[in-house]
Amino acid sequence: MSHLRSITQKLTAAFIITFLFFTTYTLDAQDGQQLFSQNCASCHAVNKRLTGPALAGVEERGPWRDRKEIYAWVHNPPAFMKTNPYTAGLQKEYQTVMTPFPSLSEKDIDAILTYIKKAPPPAAPGTSTAAQQTAESGDSTLLFGILTLILAIVAFVLLQVNANLKKLADDKEGVPAYEPIPFYRNRGYITFATLILFLLGGYWTVAGAIGLGRTQSYEPQQPIYYSHKVHAGTNQISCLYCHGNAQDGKQANIPSINICMNCHMAINEYKGQPITDADGKEINGTAEIQKLYKYAAFEYGKPWDASKAKPVEWSRIHNLPDHVYFNHAQHVTAGKVQCQTCHGEITKMDEVYQFAPLSMGWCVNCHRTTAVQFNDNGFYSIYEKYHDELKNHTLDSITVEKIGGTECQKCHY
Amino acid sequence: MKYWKSFGELNETEAHKKLSNDEFQEELPFESADKGGLNTPASRRDFLKYLGFSTTAAAIAASCEMPVKKAIPFTNKPEDIIPGIAYYYATTYVEDGDAVSVLAKVRDGRPIKIEGNELSPITQGGTSARVQASVLDLYDTARLRFPMIDNKEVTLEAIDKSVSPALSNLSGAPIVILTSSVTSPTTKEAINQFISKYPGSRHVIHDAVSCTGMLLANEASYGKKAIPSYRFDNAKAIVSIGADFLGTWISPIEFARQYSKGKKIDEKHPEMSKHIHFETVLSITGANADQRYLHRPSETGAIALALLNAVNGQGVNGISDATLKAGIEKAAKELSAQHGAALVVCGSNDVNVQMIINAINEALGAGGKTIDWSTTINSKQGIDSDFAKLLDDMNAGSVGALLIHGANPVYSWFDSEKVRNAIKKVRVTVSFNYKKDETTQLCKYIIPDHHYLESWGDAEPKSGYYSLMQPAIYPLFKTRQWQDSLLKWSGAATDYLGFVKQYWMGKLGSEMAWDKALQDGVINPGRVTNNVTSGNSSDSTAAKNNTTPSPVATGGTFNSANVATATSAINSAKKVGNTELVLYQKVGIGAGHGAGNPWLQELPDPITRATWDNYVIISPAMAKTLLDIDLSIDAQADAYEVHPAKKVVKVTVNNKSINLPALIIPGTHPKTIGIALGYGRTKEIGKAAEGVGQNVYSFASFNGTSIDFTNANAAIEVTGDLYDVAITQTHSSYDTPQGKRTEVMKELTLNDFKKHPDEIVEERAEELKPWGGLENYTTQGTIYPYYDKPGIKWGMSVDLNSCIGCGACVVACNAENNIPVVGKNEVKRFHEMHWMRIDRYYSGSLDNPNVVFQPLMCQHCDNAPCENVCPVAATSHNSEGINQMIYNRCIGTRYCANNCPYKVRRFNWADYTLADSFPNNQNQTGVGELDPIVFEMNDDLTRMVLNPDVTVRSRGVIEKCSFCIQRTQEGKLRAKNESRPLKSGENNEWDVRTACQQSCPTNAIVFGNVNDKHSAITITRAENFKRTFYSLEQIHTLPNVNYLAKVRNVEEDENATEHEG
Repeated sequence: MSHLRSITQKLTAAFIITFLFFTTYTLDAQDGQQLFSQNCASCHAVNKRLTGPALAGVEERGPWRDRKEIYAWVHNPPAFMKTNPYTAGLQKEYQTVMTPFPSLSEKDIDAILTYIKKAPPPAAPGTSTAAQQTAESGDSTLLFGILTLILAIVAFVLLQVNANLKKLADDKEGVPAYEPIPFYRNRGYITFATLILFLLGGYWTVAGAIGLGRTQSYEPQQPIYYSHKVHAGTNQISCLYCHGNAQDGKQANIPSINICMNCHMAINEYKGQPITDADGKEINGTAEIQKLYKYAAFEYGKPWDASKAKPVEWSRIHNLPDHVYFNHAQHVTAGKVQCQTCHGEITKMDEVYQFAPLSMGWCVNCHRTTAVQFNDNGFYSIYEKYHDELKNHTLDSITVEKIGGTECQKCHY
Repeated sequence: MKYWKSFGELNETEAHKKLSNDEFQEELPFESADKGGLNTPASRRDFLKYLGFSTTAAAIAASCEMPVKKAIPFTNKPEDIIPGIAYYYATTYVEDGDAVSVLAKVRDGRPIKIEGNELSPITQGGTSARVQASVLDLYDTARLRFPMIDNKEVTLEAIDKSVSPALSNLSGAPIVILTSSVTSPTTKEAINQFISKYPGSRHVIHDAVSCTGMLLANEASYGKKAIPSYRFDNAKAIVSIGADFLGTWISPIEFARQYSKGKKIDEKHPEMSKHIHFETVLSITGANADQRYLHRPSETGAIALALLNAVNGQGVNGISDATLKAGIEKAAKELSAQHGAALVVCGSNDVNVQMIINAINEALGAGGKTIDWSTTINSKQGIDSDFAKLLDDMNAGSVGALLIHGANPVYSWFDSEKVRNAIKKVRVTVSFNYKKDETTQLCKYIIPDHHYLESWGDAEPKSGYYSLMQPAIYPLFKTRQWQDSLLKWSGAATDYLGFVKQYWMGKLGSEMAWDKALQDGVINPGRVTNNVTSGNSSDSTAAKNNTTPSPVATGGTFNSANVATATSAINSAKKVGNTELVLYQKVGIGAGHGAGNPWLQELPDPITRATWDNYVIISPAMAKTLLDIDLSIDAQADAYEVHPAKKVVKVTVNNKSINLPALIIPGTHPKTIGIALGYGRTKEIGKAAEGVGQNVYSFASFNGTSIDFTNANAAIEVTGDLYDVAITQTHSSYDTPQGKRTEVMKELTLNDFKKHPDEIVEERAEELKPWGGLENYTTQGTIYPYYDKPGIKWGMSVDLNSCIGCGACVVACNAENNIPVVGKNEVKRFHEMHWMRIDRYYSGSLDNPNVVFQPLMCQHCDNAPCENVCPVAATSHNSEGINQMIYNRCIGTRYCANNCPYKVRRFNWADYTLADSFPNNQNQTGVGELDPIVFEMNDDLTRMVLNPDVTVRSRGVIEKCSFCIQRTQEGKLRAKNESRPLKSGENNEWDVRTACQQSCPTNAIVFGNVNDKHSAITITRAENFKRTFYSLEQIHTLPNVNYLAKVRNVEEDENATEHEG
């Protein structure tokens, strides 16, 4: 049992860490994981053949039993290939030569290898403890609801019992009693019910009106059934591999076809866990890859001419009104906010839906509670007063609101 | 001293009081409601009915279904393009001979803004209104979109197939390439190749407004048919006789930058240059002068002669007017006192006058000091007599083919009919002009040129200073660069891009050097060999090893032999007339290029404050006799000023008559009238130009050598008609709202400032005394609490001593902030939308007043009166000191605008931008018919110029200057992403500059973080504390914009005598 728990914990950790792109971790394997997803993951997976071979057990193959050989290879594959027949064989098999990574230090490569060694074998997704916890917290609301309902019924029954007992007592004492009025004609009850209905109706109307134009949970059908669960979840591809502009610009771009083809030139069939859509229909992953090939005008095994490709017309899920200015770089790079904070657990979504309401109240609430990278970011050195107050412990942290993050013209101009 | 923008303000008339009290000039609609209650056409009950219906309808419509929006990514994304990030490409703005190194801001493939290139030693990052507006020309719907033969669309191949044989079958008749001034070395090379392929052909240059007089005078005096570099920054005494060198003369951006250097004041050692100006009608250069004297156009030569004599110590003679005579004596004294640091320039196009000017400069030792012959300015090369000769040749039928680029003589030659007839006699006519202008309409073949933002090329604005041009967008239409046509027809193997690259690789030596030069946009002296014109491969080694250092200023060898003949020619020249005419250029429209540009048409003229028209400028004295308007009588001043309708006068010169409205402008010579060139274009130039003003080129005359833009014998008479002119003079008038009038302007003379440097500080202290004085005014002057600005506090400083009023900032603001064009009819109704205006204040006498310009944008008051009165909190203050305006929150009560003491808030009276949710909401009752230009600005093509980072405002909301909030946000984000403090001008490094600041040719505007001790704004305010003032400071608005007082270099007593006169 304890063994199982440790596996699930590791899994959870793996899921979370995959998306901590910026935070540095001291542990070797975690470092390795980060380095792996930044440098290797676009062509390699641990347990799967992608553009390059699966890396599990790499140290038991070919010349790689010697670490020094690995260093040499990673730093300059074309040069290494000239000296080693094994790698020449690899080139034949994979039709490409690995990109050189001269910037990776020997320590980095060690860390990556440690990660590969420790990386868990492929497991069925969806068993994380985090999910169970959210399910539990969801249950409690239901529990309270049921409790309230039961208590209300008990109160009602008691009231009825009380009325009957009073009638009996009155009969006994000979007090003349009126004809009992059924509860549905009781004015008190009717008034009460009307009031409740009015309040609920009012609440729904107002909430509905406020929600006009908001599309939380919007999950349109896309031209290609692209599963984020398969890519970002199972295969642990970093979000920024495809949506890299989120670091630099206003938009987190939708990847262009050449980004897809980086991997899918090699991966032409889906062999993972079965995927089912929202209606329970099974999705043929390989057929979806074929759809991509059609857009890309690509035939498997032949060289790809990017100029013949046609763009995919995706349905846009997250829409902000025109009068709102939102900048991804501000949040991802400067604020170091994780993608999941606003987009939900993408790694578990097959087709993406709008997780957050994207309402102004939702934005502002987060700005009120989130602390900025006040001490780490050199920009904030000009806020001398706040630095003093932090030192004196008159302030605990500087929230976005403190530096003006709830002012109108931070988003509306 | 009293400062006044309008005659009403001068006289304090009732109309002015009403104007300065009310923000909005419309009658409030109370009257109709009072009359009938429920019987009025739209009663309150109706209003509620409609409100209920529309809310329900909108709710139902909105709740039905959300539209599915598509997101379409690149198929193959270039690695160096990130959607949503702007990239800057160095290129060159070229319009005829004017070449300015610029950066084109490209957002997602669209150029949307032009900035100056700071690597250019000529402009140093400065721009002009026309440079700023040029990006809109790219998206002009009036551009020609395909090649044409006889006005029918054809392919480029077809036109090549037809033209090439036509050019070869001219049976010996020469081909003439007619262009405006060409500064591009490669274009000249291409023209040379063409000429050598077709022997006998020649290149003729025609400039609409040429410098023939100067070029020929310099040839006679110095043996060089060129214009030397002027160094206004080295000049301590500057005298200009009618040269508008800050606005339109030769190289205004460069001169403005130099001039402002001489006008910068160091508080500890207050010294500045002295500028004396002689002119006929008020120009912006005259407005900036320390002293200004009026004369008739016909007296120009006499003044030059008198000045020459005076400088030579022979006294002033031949001048009858006493003030003018005193002025010349004064000028001579100042000039002589600054021997070697004196400069005289003249705007006359008369060879003889310019020879005298050369003699004066020679006598003052200007050569090598303020006039530099080592580098020449190339922007004006046209010789009028060359073109006159070409016309005769064409009329004689001896020209076989005419290839036209840039020039438009049918419009700009005084005898348009002659040009028309001449063109008809040429067998093959080809036009490369990018619009179907007056000349192009007559051509058989039309191959429209690219816009400069679509072109490859180069320019040499000054000898040895090169600027490269690269495209910022793929050509929008089926156009072709005209050099490509030339190369193709001369049988060259390469296209023009290859040609340019080959040429510069030869000069620079390597591909890397070429890439670097393209990235910089400029090649400055020291980078290439001197003998650039003879480009061949053997030069390349020389280019690397044997580079010339930056040229040292040198004088020319002066030949004084011609002075005597020039003198006698001037003395025997035209006599003084009764009413004299001068034709001038406006800062925005120029010789006519700006006419198709809506931003430039709506830019108020710096002096007259008029938009969308040209008109006859007359003096207040002439108004009295001619129009029966006495401006000293309140009723008459109001009658003239309040209504846009102006009296139309008929001007007759050489039996040609034109009817134009008359505007009364102080500072005009009483016997002179002025009319702006560049108007009266046809519909082919664009909706902005169509039907606007009249073409007055026909009033010019040709004296055998050069075109004369003045005439001594003009007749002027009143017609009895009225014509509406949209003048913003009385718009947004403001002064102290409570009780006694206090001046919004502060000004000093240099002597005052030297003797009594604390004058302004003391004045301010006196004003603020009742509320805690200077020190405690911020906190004690109010019952409101004072709020902290913990990190950044934005502030702006505007130096009125540097501001020349050119309007570059106004157009830059238009482009940056998506400010709508509202059209003449809306301007007439006080509805112009400009976020920043340049108020022009007169002071002193009505006949020849002093002028101060005050750029006025939202003052971002820390205690803002607008914020307190908004019922929906749509305008509020932020922790950085910015007064925020939230469009989506605004319900249009306009309380804020009514409560703004500076009148900087603008209301969207109509749906100028098509931003409204309901289509066709632009024309409706209550708004009135909008001008066609408003719809033109919302064309899909024109809208490509919009800045995607700024909301396009819809009808019924207030808008105003935001301190370029999109730029402050972007700059802060850049600093945060790089984890470093904001750069705010320390070591001239900037994260944030406002659009107005960046465009300014004189660096008059400084913007930045006031909390940063090293920022430029902090340093500017500290170093200029004695000139610092805030507009209407005593009403405790606590503006974040301060002004630095204007200092005029005049002696006290002179000023006094001028007042009497």
